[in-house]
Amino acid sequence: MELLTELLSNVDWPEIGWASWDTLVMVGMSLLFSVVIGLPIGVLLFLTGKRQLLEQPVAYAVLSFVVNVLRSVPFIILLIVMIPFTVMLIGTSLGVAGAIPPLVAGGAPFFARLVETSLREVDRGIIEATQAMGASVKQIVFGALLPEALPGIIAGITVTAITLVSYAAMSGVIGGGGLGDLAIRFGYQRFQTDVMVITVALLVIFVQVLQMVGDRLVLYFSRK
Amino acid sequence: MIVFDQVQKSYQVGGRAIPALHPTDLTIETGEVFGIVGHSGAGKSTLVRLINLLERPTGGRILIDGETINDYGSADLRAFRRKVGMIFQHFNLLSSKTVAENIAFPMKLAGIYSKSEITERVQELLARVSLSDHANKYPSQLSGGQKQRVGIARALACRPTILLCDEATSALDPQTTQSVLKLLADINRELGLTIVLITHEMDVVRRVCDRVAVMDAGRVVEMGPVSDVFLHPQHPTTRDFVFESESIDRDELQEDLSKAEGRILRLTFKGDATYKPLLGRVAREAGVDFSILSGRIDHIKDRPYGQLTLSLVGGDLDVAMSAFEAADVHVEVLR
Repeated sequence: MELLTELLSNVDWPEIGWASWDTLVMVGMSLLFSVVIGLPIGVLLFLTGKRQLLEQPVAYAVLSFVVNVLRSVPFIILLIVMIPFTVMLIGTSLGVAGAIPPLVAGGAPFFARLVETSLREVDRGIIEATQAMGASVKQIVFGALLPEALPGIIAGITVTAITLVSYAAMSGVIGGGGLGDLAIRFGYQRFQTDVMVITVALLVIFVQVLQMVGDRLVLYFSRK
Repeated sequence: MIVFDQVQKSYQVGGRAIPALHPTDLTIETGEVFGIVGHSGAGKSTLVRLINLLERPTGGRILIDGETINDYGSADLRAFRRKVGMIFQHFNLLSSKTVAENIAFPMKLAGIYSKSEITERVQELLARVSLSDHANKYPSQLSGGQKQRVGIARALACRPTILLCDEATSALDPQTTQSVLKLLADINRELGLTIVLITHEMDVVRRVCDRVAVMDAGRVVEMGPVSDVFLHPQHPTTRDFVFESESIDRDELQEDLSKAEGRILRLTFKGDATYKPLLGRVAREAGVDFSILSGRIDHIKDRPYGQLTLSLVGGDLDVAMSAFEAADVHVEVLR
């Protein structure tokens, strides 16, 4: 026990607690917005795609291009590029709040693609059957497509959440707060290896828990 | 009544129009079971999807009960589709909904039924397809035949006047096929529903259909009452289907016939004639000897029929022929 205290002499536990909470808030909030924004974009990507219900080559190309651009910028660059926009939007680019807009800019397009993919996996026959019942496009989306794709979408939310955990840690570089910020300021810049180890361990646990919960939910909603 | 007036459909592939259905005239009477048989790619799938406009025709007019449906706007089209049920080869049930929810789904989409109406109708349909005990199961927990029963119940939910069956039994084993076909025949008889059924199995047509169209390469090549088409096939494609359904190997048949002596006749009995003890009497009267080369007695829908291939030796052939014809037996001289 004493050895353990010795080994972790630099660790400020209340600080770790706050940082963990900050990470939780950043991931939670950015995940919420990523889903709210990414889901409709994913549905539109699917519907306007080739041989789909609302086939619209131009709309698809534009949407797809924007999503690709956001996804191809490395997140660390996106963080910096977004600073002026973030300041305009919420008044600061620092702290937990300042990290959320770039996290959403990274998470939403990522999630949109996952939604598009899971919708494509829905059997075309189900869409056809629903159409044959006299359903409108809106009814097909909400009555058949989304419920059928739900397990895939939940898996997508899990993957997005985990990606956001790592993005959130990165936002420490531009003063984003949370465990990443702690790891960079104490673990890296002050050579406090013990702080580094603890933050990494917490991030690992966080990701494990997310994956486990996600898998359980997917299983629960899978009827296949 | 479903009327196709010079209806055609082609697909644009790389700037070229590939015809899936050549201009076709077709009339399907109200209340009949109409079969469309053809190999895959013959255009039967396209034809059946034109009836509920899942495919839009590129020419001609489609009339349902006298009304042209080609130019329906989206609201009219949705209302029209509720009156046309459809079942599929792979059932296409929603895996995320229970059996009862699947059956209720088209009624919910229609938005004109109350909750209690839906519940009541679902119970009624579950009973009709003998699945009352499975209401709360998910499709993955059902067998193929049960899934198709759910499909049928779902298709009937909004009380359609037409039921389209797209290879509805092709994914089922023979026994299950039989029970699903029986269910379709019952529905047709009890509800007076018009059924359009596409299949690649002539046997399915023989069991339930009143009339049949045979398709080949985007064209209807033969059409008529099932007994005519089945017992006296004209087009080579039709012959292939009939032989296939009777598991007759054509080369073997030719060989058997070449070994036989005398004249070879094919007799076709329909209805009550099937059961009459005709052969012995005719043989005695005409003084001919006969041997049976092949034969089959079966049913077309509910009507019995028999088909015998005989070789006749000696006696008076003309007397035998007229005696057969007098007994309402169709005679075909093969050699």
